[in-house]
Amino acid sequence: MSGIPHDHYEPKTGPEKWLDRRLPIVGLIYNTLMIPTPKNLNWWWIWGIVLAFCLVLQIVTGIVLVMHYTPHADMAFNSVEHIMRDVRGGYMLRYLHANGASLFFFAVYIHIFRGLYYGSYKAPREVTWIIGMLIYLLMMATGFMGYVLPWGQMSFWGATVITGLFGAIPGIGEPIQQWLLGGPAVGNPTLNRFFSLHYLLPFVIAGLVILHVWAFHNTGNNNPSGVEVRRGSKEEAEKDTLPFWPYFVIKDLFALVVVLLVFWAIVAFMPNFLGHPDNYIMANPLSTPAHIVPEWYYLPFYAILRAFTADVWVVIAANWLSFGIIDAKFFGVLAMFGAIAVMALTPWLDTSSVRSGRHRPMFKSFFWLLAVDFVVLMWVGAMPAEGIYTNISLIGSAYWFGYFLIILPLLGVLERPTTPPATIEQDFKAHVKAKAKKSGPAPEQIPAE
Amino acid sequence: MIKKLALSAMTVLALGSTPVLAAEAGHVHDFAFSFEGPFGTYDRAQLQRGLQVYTEVCAACHGLDLVTFRSLSEETGPGLEDDVMRAYAATMEVPDGDGGYRPAAGPDHFPGSALENAPDLSMMAKARAGFHGPYGLGINQLLHGIGGPEYIASFLTGFTGEETEQGGAIFYENTAFGGNVAMPPQLFEDMVEYSDGTAATEEQMAQDVAAFLMWAAEPKLVERKMWGFIGVIFLALLASLLYLTNKRLWAPVKDAAKNS
Repeated sequence: MSGIPHDHYEPKTGPEKWLDRRLPIVGLIYNTLMIPTPKNLNWWWIWGIVLAFCLVLQIVTGIVLVMHYTPHADMAFNSVEHIMRDVRGGYMLRYLHANGASLFFFAVYIHIFRGLYYGSYKAPREVTWIIGMLIYLLMMATGFMGYVLPWGQMSFWGATVITGLFGAIPGIGEPIQQWLLGGPAVGNPTLNRFFSLHYLLPFVIAGLVILHVWAFHNTGNNNPSGVEVRRGSKEEAEKDTLPFWPYFVIKDLFALVVVLLVFWAIVAFMPNFLGHPDNYIMANPLSTPAHIVPEWYYLPFYAILRAFTADVWVVIAANWLSFGIIDAKFFGVLAMFGAIAVMALTPWLDTSSVRSGRHRPMFKSFFWLLAVDFVVLMWVGAMPAEGIYTNISLIGSAYWFGYFLIILPLLGVLERPTTPPATIEQDFKAHVKAKAKKSGPAPEQIPAE
Repeated sequence: MIKKLALSAMTVLALGSTPVLAAEAGHVHDFAFSFEGPFGTYDRAQLQRGLQVYTEVCAACHGLDLVTFRSLSEETGPGLEDDVMRAYAATMEVPDGDGGYRPAAGPDHFPGSALENAPDLSMMAKARAGFHGPYGLGINQLLHGIGGPEYIASFLTGFTGEETEQGGAIFYENTAFGGNVAMPPQLFEDMVEYSDGTAATEEQMAQDVAAFLMWAAEPKLVERKMWGFIGVIFLALLASLLYLTNKRLWAPVKDAAKNS
């Protein structure tokens, strides 16, 4: 499967040969687990395993929750409380599932930003990146629909606001919104279809995850140096890599358990920390909450959505150029989806010949500014859209687009990257030696990497 | 303390999302409850006193329709003896399904609100959570609880005595709400007689019923924290073993790289 030369599974006994001729599944599993993996992967590379765990956690807890949940506008809220009170271990299941979504998004954001820093999106890994972006979009859809299911105030009004985004499309928006909701407003049909899709989409995600893993198993992992594994011969490749099992499986498992330790503590000791208190009030179509705030993981894009008000010059220009078809609301929707689209297009927007941000001095500062920008957008997304917050979200949105559409293409031309190490082996050795020196008996000055 | 107040004020401001909190930031006093922090559990005597206040005062208008009578005998909750619980249930009436009423039994739920405008109190402690993320600091909630019971106790003791008439109805100023509310002050000294001899001051009753409503909203809090400790200890042990395994596994690889 992998393009990197390595040992393959050889069936030896009779039954093994018999099965292998009919279904080479043992070989498939062997090749997947033994894939040559760059020796120098650092701790930023553990989040893939965390994400895989999250998907399994959400599916397993979700399936059990469904056994006790009632998808009906009159009964959903109480059935969730039935889970919390009467179902054995139900309170743990639900809190694991609700906070599991937060862990899922936390991990995916680190995973994405790791890819952005080390240039994991660059050729030949564009397809892995694109599939990853599709997974992320599906996660957002799944998470949103899952949040509607408890049928609390935020569930109801969040659904109203988000489906309203589609209503902003000129001309055809309103019919689309009605079609999505199954009626003129959020109601029982909405709850039922969201429930159905919330159950379906995780399995679509699981399918895409298989493609995601397949794609990078074919190109090989990226690594912190951004240098490709040598593929001239098996011996050469073995100098740069180690098999995934056991070296990276054990390393990843250790990291996963540390992450789960923190996760478990949050679930057990402050399970409502990331939730919204209003969602413990049953949905009431007649009472609108003062501020409708989405879950924390949508906030950066929610901030971009709200940033473009009618008095911003780009909105005025777009409105004028489109003969009034694009109003502020629709512009905001376009900006929100555009913010994700530009991220998906990164492989073609980044013109640099060097892959890893480690060897790109100017890129580094812009990247970290983007990371800060993301957190700032998350913060203003939670604030009321008034006063200074609108300005901050506008500046934040401008930098987000500027980074992908202007800075990344220009940096490839303007920046003089440093020379990456010749091989992964070299990078790994330098790293291990530097670390040994640091902790060794005779400390001396070591140059920064 | 000022910092904490500022923080909770900021949190309430930022989160001023529940209709009740909407007007402006009210003042929520940070009462110390027994169930706060990772080690906190419910105080059985307090829950029983709170049940008494709920029954004698709140239940006149409000309901508790998500809570079953049998849960009153849960060990980690009010822990009523089974026969006491059943006798308590029998004092309430629930619909018998044929249009009439019958005395309630263990599996039945508390009656809903008697007054149309009085919200059900089953989830109130969680719906009015104040020290809340993501704007508040997480550690605040970890150590000082979610702030819902604090809000309830502050609300019950927060009436200033000012009354305003609007459109024929009388509204009462409340500092926890930060404005006028339709509910008149309810707690007055010695209005209930606690069987355990606790002095029934206004603040005592407010805290007791707030604790009871926290239990009503989160009856499995103690069990959850217990599983928390079991899980944290187990995962810490597993993490140390995996750390050592990983170190040993990579040692030859790193040694080879070091000595090359």
